Amino acid sequence: MNLVLDIALTHVRARTRQTLVAVAGVMTGVGFSIMMAALMEGSQADFMRQLIDALPHITVSDERREVPSQPAEAAYAAVQMHGLTPETRRRGIKNPMATLASLERWVPGAVAPSVQTKAILRYAGRDVAASVTGIDPHREPKVSALARQMRQGSLPALYRATNAMILGDRLAEKIGARVGANITVQTSDGARLNAQVVGLFHAGVRQVDESTAYVLIKTAQVLAQQTGLVNEIRGRVSDPMAARAVAQRIERETGYKAVSWQEAHEDLLSAFVIRNVIMYTVVGAILLVASFGTYNIISTITHEKTRDIAILKSLGLHETTVRRIFVIEALLIGTAGALAGWVLGYALTAALGTIEFKVSGITDMTRLPLIYAPAHYAVAAAVALASSLVAGFFPARKAARLFPVDIIRGAT
Amino acid sequence: MSEATQNGPVAAGSGRASAGNERSRAGVPLIEARAVTRILAEVVPTTLVRDVDLTIGANEFVAITGPSGSGKSSLLYLLGLLDVPTAGEVRIRGKATSAMDEDERASTRLATIGFVFQFHFLLPEFSARDNVMLPMRALGTMSLQRMQERADALLGALGLAEHAGKRPDQLSGGQRQRVAVARALANEPPLILADEPTGSLDSKSSEQVFEILRDLVARHGKTVVAVTHDLGIAARIGRRIQLADGAIVADEGN
Repeated sequence: MNLVLDIALTHVRARTRQTLVAVAGVMTGVGFSIMMAALMEGSQADFMRQLIDALPHITVSDERREVPSQPAEAAYAAVQMHGLTPETRRRGIKNPMATLASLERWVPGAVAPSVQTKAILRYAGRDVAASVTGIDPHREPKVSALARQMRQGSLPALYRATNAMILGDRLAEKIGARVGANITVQTSDGARLNAQVVGLFHAGVRQVDESTAYVLIKTAQVLAQQTGLVNEIRGRVSDPMAARAVAQRIERETGYKAVSWQEAHEDLLSAFVIRNVIMYTVVGAILLVASFGTYNIISTITHEKTRDIAILKSLGLHETTVRRIFVIEALLIGTAGALAGWVLGYALTAALGTIEFKVSGITDMTRLPLIYAPAHYAVAAAVALASSLVAGFFPARKAARLFPVDIIRGAT
Repeated sequence: MSEATQNGPVAAGSGRASAGNERSRAGVPLIEARAVTRILAEVVPTTLVRDVDLTIGANEFVAITGPSGSGKSSLLYLLGLLDVPTAGEVRIRGKATSAMDEDERASTRLATIGFVFQFHFLLPEFSARDNVMLPMRALGTMSLQRMQERADALLGALGLAEHAGKRPDQLSGGQRQRVAVARALANEPPLILADEPTGSLDSKSSEQVFEILRDLVARHGKTVVAVTHDLGIAARIGRRIQLADGAIVADEGN
């Protein structure tokens, strides 16, 4: 065995208890950082997956991002004019089919038209306000997860009855309707029709499940009292992370407001960034505290071993060799701690994964979402080794700089 | 001569003839000190060694004597490159050492000088064999098996064959000091510097160690410089350098 490694191993073996405490410190730091990373990133990934899967990646609405200037403002080059009534605007996206065809040519993924309207659903004397969305059952599966979320019935069932409707399961529960029930749908503009429930879906997001209903586009147009109305185009892109750029291009080309899923949930995504900063700060603090343990034992060893250092240097060992001995001791502790920490981290993560949560909040998650990522293990071990290296370096440097004569003189 | 030295500690396990090597360097002193002064810079500067001129050739047995505080050990440390003179020059085989950096000095010590201190200064967690192997492993010119063979041969030659696997705390004082001698010989250095090598030993062990050192000079062509306050032992050494107050006051037998 290499002399340096041999001496280093001898030193750490000779102090079993101190070494074990230092290793336990690093192990705890690494283990808990792996568990925290698995939990935090797991919950983040789960949430993102729900956002990306359950909702369209891009929503183009019939709104403009900026209020269009009034003709009078343009005519007089005025900064602002008082007393003007805004131009009455016809609802919906202009030439929706042409716009759709244009988008289909270049958007990497799929787009589908829809009609958004609000209505009151009435059944068995119960009234519930709902968002009624008109969809194309053929195109819808390409832009949303609705087809997969069907609990009863299917999307093509919308064609099987006049004014067929698919309800969120919680919404159906609220009004007491089941598949086959005939319910009354009424809008604030006075439009009213009878619809038959042909299916139930479960998106897993309470807000969606208890307030959303799907009908055919033409049924929604009847409710909106506007033939040919399409007030929303929804898109799903092959790379969800590219949604923001695609949305910006759609907005440039069509002039309509196109909102990517990132923009729609900007506040949540910023919260994730802050959460990650907090997580890594806590993890870093744990590993820093662990490195103090390593520093402590290496300092103790160098203090106790001043005579041995003097012997080695008097024999002719170079400063770098002596320094290497103590740095390797720190790395041995760091490596042992990191390896034990991997086992602890895996065990803690696995233990967390067995805990079941019966509460049903926003989602129906019953177990903690966890991620087993090799990167977590690699980063935790790298940070542990780096902190061990730093913790060992300073006492090692001090030891290497010892002047052997000072020690030998003192001993004689 | 002791039984231990009959086997010849230097030649043990060695394929080299050290004495022959030294003869080939005839003409160049092994070690020279020229106007060497060492002042310890403390609150009150203390002069440890004062203006020492000294030449020691190959195959000499030199005793450095003097009262306590006369600078014997300090001079030995300067000659062994463990300390750096405040003024003057120490030459090893004609090569000036004052311009050497710490690593060069360490390398020179490793290859050229073997140290025996008053207290054995063995690594406590290592066996006698491992302690003897330390300088060889640091030099790194031999295979591990070869190092083990040489360490065992050296220990055997010094009468410690059956103690090779024991740690220092399992050995007597005399045995530890003989292990230290074996370690000093590990790399076959031409120069052995011994600082009070018998100072902590009983009379029997002292005699054994003294005989070993004398044998190194007489039979193996080594140069031994030994600091001793024991005038009885000093009287049996060919050349005696006497120090007082850091300066050489007598150099007898030169």
